[in-house]
Amino acid sequence: MSETATPNEWPLWEVFVRSRAGLDHKHCGSLHAADAAMAIQLARDVYTRRLEGSSVWVVKSADITASDPGDKDMYFDPAEDKVYRHPTFYTLPSEVDHM
Amino acid sequence: MYTQAMDTMGREGPGDERPKAVRTTEELALQQRFDARIDDGGFIEAKDWMPENYRKTLLRQISQHAHSEIVGMLPEGNWITRAPTLKRKAILMAKVQDEGGHGLYLYAAAETLGTSRDQMLDALHSGKAKYSSIFNYPTLSWADVGTIGWLVDGAAIMNQVPICRCSYAPYARAMIRICREESFHQRQGYDSLLVMMRDGSDAQRAMVQDAVNRWWWPCLMMFGPPDDQSPNSAQGMRWGIKRVSNDTLRQKFVDATVEQARVLGVTLPDPDLKWNAERGHWDFGCIDWDEFWRVVGGDGPCNRERLAMRVKAWDDGAWVREAALAHARKQADRAAAQPAAA
Repeated sequence: MSETATPNEWPLWEVFVRSRAGLDHKHCGSLHAADAAMAIQLARDVYTRRLEGSSVWVVKSADITASDPGDKDMYFDPAEDKVYRHPTFYTLPSEVDHM
Repeated sequence: MYTQAMDTMGREGPGDERPKAVRTTEELALQQRFDARIDDGGFIEAKDWMPENYRKTLLRQISQHAHSEIVGMLPEGNWITRAPTLKRKAILMAKVQDEGGHGLYLYAAAETLGTSRDQMLDALHSGKAKYSSIFNYPTLSWADVGTIGWLVDGAAIMNQVPICRCSYAPYARAMIRICREESFHQRQGYDSLLVMMRDGSDAQRAMVQDAVNRWWWPCLMMFGPPDDQSPNSAQGMRWGIKRVSNDTLRQKFVDATVEQARVLGVTLPDPDLKWNAERGHWDFGCIDWDEFWRVVGGDGPCNRERLAMRVKAWDDGAWVREAALAHARKQADRAAAQPAAA
């Protein structure tokens, strides 16, 4: 919940929708609801009006722990010089290159 | 739709809009990083550092955009019970429901900038925040509903598509979702008018023409004042909030609409409308900007009615919001009081 939220404002929820069976749930937005059941109901009404989903998750925004954008470089840059983690790093003879 | 916020900024009295001097070297570095990211065409996320004025400008634009979606439900909502067929009624309900959804996406984007939903609604209900001038015009006949879809939503699409590339990512994401749904709005409107023009009576055709006559000029105003009278545009462009100028978008809208009007069989109420082969665009007549500023300033045909309706809906719903919250708290307290499962 944002710091400025007033006490009588419904809490904020994050909505995740699985577009069809076999795929991941993907974050698609947020909404306010009094409780979890209402959040699911509203998420259906708001985010799946055109067959966008077959399953919905909701989680209170306040319960999400996120990495600090200030730490972005420290956290994620080290992966930049580890090109050997990618299959394309390795040049193989053309006869076996489909490996 | 409806991003007049930046254009009306200078007219609403002196604000605290002037940028503050950057103070510390740390802030200077942050500012440089921000500028560089904007220059690279990169996105700014909610928790990234941003200049205070960027935040304020966005908050103002996104919240006004959200208010416009919500107030925009009213003129069309008027016609749900009077739609001529069950099909048109179902379509209209879906459209009005979409507008409510669009308002929600946009409020959520604005909330990421550090304001609450209640604060934004207070600003709307107290008259402090504005919404698009277009919704202060009345919907007098059924043809107005189709005309809103065709022209108002058509103008909105022109306006909104460039915002899908807005530098503020939560706003851009909301716009992508909205634009995807908006095309249905325009097409259903045109389709409804087409039925009246092709299969309708003379009276119905006259009704369509009358609606077009009334909505045409207010629709051209939706794009905001001419570029040379839009002092905040340059900053908006610099920040990647505004991508295309008011006059460019307006011209694009006129050029696209002329052919649609011809196919529909209506005339656009502008004697000066004519093809300019040299420019490769349609020339059009002067817009009555006095009317625009009058409507923005609160003196349009329906300003008071729209706001009163919004406030009443909010006030009438208060007990539902309170009851839902009380119920949720009671359930949570009960769950907390129960001993841990054996």
